[in-house]
Amino acid sequence: MITLSHYIVLGTILFCISVAGIFINRKNVIVLLMSIELMLLAVNTNFVAFSRFLGNVDGQVFVFFILTVAAAESAIGLAILVTLFRNRATINVGEIDSMKG
Amino acid sequence: MSFELILFYLFSFVLLIAALGVITVKNSVHAALLLVLTFFTAAALWLLLQAEFLAVALVLVYVGAVMVLFLFVVMMLDIKVEPLREGFVRYLPVGAVVALVMLVEMLGLIGLKAMSAQALPPDPAGASNTAWLGNALFTQFLLPFEVAAVILTVALVAAVVLTLRRRTGVKSQNPARQVAVKASERIRIVKMESVSKGGTP
Amino acid sequence: MSLNPTILLIIALAPLVGAVVAGIFRNQVGRIGAHTVTIAGVALSCVLSFYVLYQLVWGGAQNYNANVYTWFQVGAIDAHVGFLVDRLTAMMMVVVTFVSLMVHVYTIGYMAEDDGYQRFFSYIALFTFSMLMLVMSNNFLQLFFGWEAVGLVSYLLIGFWFKRPTAVFANMKAFLVNRVGDFGFLLGIAGVLYFFHTLDYATVFAHTDVLNGKTLEILGGDPWSAATVICICLFIGAMGKSAQMPLHVWLPDSMEGPTPISALIHAATMVTAGIFMVARMSPLFELSETALTFVLVIGATTAFFTGLIGIVQNDIKRVVAYSTLSQLGYMTAALGVSAYSAAVFHLMTHAFFKALLFLGAGSVIIAMHHEQDMRYMGGLRKYMPITFITAWIGTLALTGMPGFAGFYSKDAIIEAVKEASDHGGLAQHYAYWCVLLGVFVTAFYSFRLLYLTFHGKERFVVEHGHGHGHDDHDNHGHHEPGHLAHEPHESPAVVTWPLMALAVPSIVIGALTVGAMLHGDYFGSAIHVAHAQSDGAHEFQGWLSMALHGLGQPPFLLAFCGFALATYIYLFNPAVADKARSALYPLWNMLDKKYWFDPIYQAVFARGGVALGRGLWKGGDVGVIDNVLIDGSAAAVARTAGVVRWLQSGYLYTYAFAMILGLVFLLGGLWWVVRG
Repeated sequence: MITLSHYIVLGTILFCISVAGIFINRKNVIVLLMSIELMLLAVNTNFVAFSRFLGNVDGQVFVFFILTVAAAESAIGLAILVTLFRNRATINVGEIDSMKG
Repeated sequence: MSFELILFYLFSFVLLIAALGVITVKNSVHAALLLVLTFFTAAALWLLLQAEFLAVALVLVYVGAVMVLFLFVVMMLDIKVEPLREGFVRYLPVGAVVALVMLVEMLGLIGLKAMSAQALPPDPAGASNTAWLGNALFTQFLLPFEVAAVILTVALVAAVVLTLRRRTGVKSQNPARQVAVKASERIRIVKMESVSKGGTP
Repeated sequence: MSLNPTILLIIALAPLVGAVVAGIFRNQVGRIGAHTVTIAGVALSCVLSFYVLYQLVWGGAQNYNANVYTWFQVGAIDAHVGFLVDRLTAMMMVVVTFVSLMVHVYTIGYMAEDDGYQRFFSYIALFTFSMLMLVMSNNFLQLFFGWEAVGLVSYLLIGFWFKRPTAVFANMKAFLVNRVGDFGFLLGIAGVLYFFHTLDYATVFAHTDVLNGKTLEILGGDPWSAATVICICLFIGAMGKSAQMPLHVWLPDSMEGPTPISALIHAATMVTAGIFMVARMSPLFELSETALTFVLVIGATTAFFTGLIGIVQNDIKRVVAYSTLSQLGYMTAALGVSAYSAAVFHLMTHAFFKALLFLGAGSVIIAMHHEQDMRYMGGLRKYMPITFITAWIGTLALTGMPGFAGFYSKDAIIEAVKEASDHGGLAQHYAYWCVLLGVFVTAFYSFRLLYLTFHGKERFVVEHGHGHGHDDHDNHGHHEPGHLAHEPHESPAVVTWPLMALAVPSIVIGALTVGAMLHGDYFGSAIHVAHAQSDGAHEFQGWLSMALHGLGQPPFLLAFCGFALATYIYLFNPAVADKARSALYPLWNMLDKKYWFDPIYQAVFARGGVALGRGLWKGGDVGVIDNVLIDGSAAAVARTAGVVRWLQSGYLYTYAFAMILGLVFLLGGLWWVVRG
């Protein structure tokens, strides 16, 4: 029998994996973006599970909007990446520090 | 152990392995493909929750569109992998420790015991999950829905604007100018004196 | 019948107008214009002052006391400009304007070749205005205004020759020493305001019983009687202005100013402001025996010990300056035994004969081409007979020769102190011996001055061949002491006329007014004495019999001894002076060093002030304010900004790391709150 906690534990583990991904892939913007997608996926899974558990549609509506925003975000993020690569010929985060104080 | 639970564990296992692969493999193309797998299994898990519409949307939007975009970008950019993996080994323990600490904290806070006792109720959507969701979306959440549409449009335009570039030294047509052209720009009448060459025979 | 306020206003303001015209428009009016306008102003004041005096004494006019202008209001305190004119004021007005007029005229001759001619006239007219404001005031604030204004003019005039370092030093010294006194004075006025809630004389004097039983704690010590504290504070102001003993050091140095100034400000008028003030405040001072005893001891000490210094001085002006100190001490001593009328009487007579002596000294200085050292004078009587005779008159008046002005006033003071000592304590006996021996000292140094200057051999050399012009007065650095380019000659008429005009009152003023001022009720209500002096000792029977009676009294005998000793030493046997000096060298040295007041003040107050200032500068300003507050705050901002800059690495992963770390801490905190 699947309980709510199964999904929550799954979402938590997925979230922590993505956090670790952000940590260890500190130089690669593409993988960073992918980690963020993973994070959102973990959150979405939670939302869906709770929506089902509570019998409330709001959670799934929220996931719908998150998907929308995440799609927009990755589109723009990749566009920025392309522009960045065009200008700097690299996507190495270690070389991008114009905002240094 | 029910069949559903077996499916859940199977998909969960694949999901976590794929997610770990995403953050650890060297090649970004492989990472993107593993991400596709992750999303796919996630969609399957959502199906287990009877969220059919979202599961399909996840596959269509993410696997079909976003991940293809990722793959395009990864393959289009000529990326050297080596410098990007600097410090990978060095930061692996730190990342693992932070992730584990966070995992322990989260699980401790959630209070698993209280939740694991409760089984999932029967599906409230009834026959069609899509109708249920659509009903809510087009009545209660109409304004946010429209705003989401605008956001997507803006993102589209923004992505185009960001990546648009005008190359110099390339001959190309300008459709706007072609449409707006006037007759006076098309033809020029030049008057010339007639010159006789050696007189009429 | 009452006095016309317009006349009083004209008296006060006419010199001010002169000062403004001569000062601001000095280039337009020129030399003649400057002295004409100021002399006209002061002469107008003088004539009107005599008229006011006449009205009050013979015309039956009432005392005038009214405000003419409201200066400002602060809370319940009104600051008015007003006049209180009674007989005391009228007498002071006459003395001030008359002496001032004489000095104005005299200055035409004395300053004839000075570049600052107009400036000088402007200053002395301004001084006359200030002094009139001081004496005519009907409240403490205006008194303080006048008090400070005369101090300012005094400062300006001591430093009149501002290119001389000694003059600048002297005027700074005068200003600073007076500041000390003024501080006490201001505290006294504050005390009056605190207890009476008004600064108006009439109101304060009418309610002196307010102070009965009131006490003040100073520095958390024993309670002091409020009346004593207020009176001593006020008297400290008088000590500064009237140069009493610990605060007397500025007056001898003030002789750096031009001689007319020494005569007007530092002998006849300004320095008597303190005496006048105490006399005016007599209702307050009568409340406190302690304060009066303090006044008496200070006055008697000044009278005797500064006179001694006068014996060893060689500068003709300084001898007269120390004589002034000594005579001011007499007046103060008289105040201390409640003989206010005697003090004011001596103030008046002294004003005339001391102005005469100073102007005489100035005349000698002109004749000697600004040589002031008496060791290079001598035998001048045949060159300048008018100065010689008037100087003799001034000296006789000063030493108290019966019949002359000084005799009556000084005799009255000694008599009053003697009476106080008869039924007084140690302080009164000490004071009596001081003033009595002071008579001998006065006579000795006065005749010494006279003999050294006018009698004996000529100790200067006249060098006819010298190319120096007669008029190089600006060249005050002398070629050689005792060498003159020309023979000494009598001074011009503008100098000698004031001498003669002052010589007349120096002789007769005492005899004329002694009856009214000391034994009549001239002052009426202006001066308040709690315990009337017993007149039982000897009844007053007229000026002549008093003079004859004075011939047999100890003061005259002592004065005669001084005269005789001076005559023997300086006229017949000058070698004795040198022998006495070497025989009594420690004593002579002490007097020559003026009891070491100056070095001590220099070491303690000047050096101490510099050290304190340096400490505050290094420690407070540079250390705390500059380094800690200003540079410190800037450095703190820079250091904080440095840390923040270091945090803002610009790398994406740093921010991501910070966010995740924050999340970890947040979760930990939640854990602690929820589960802990």
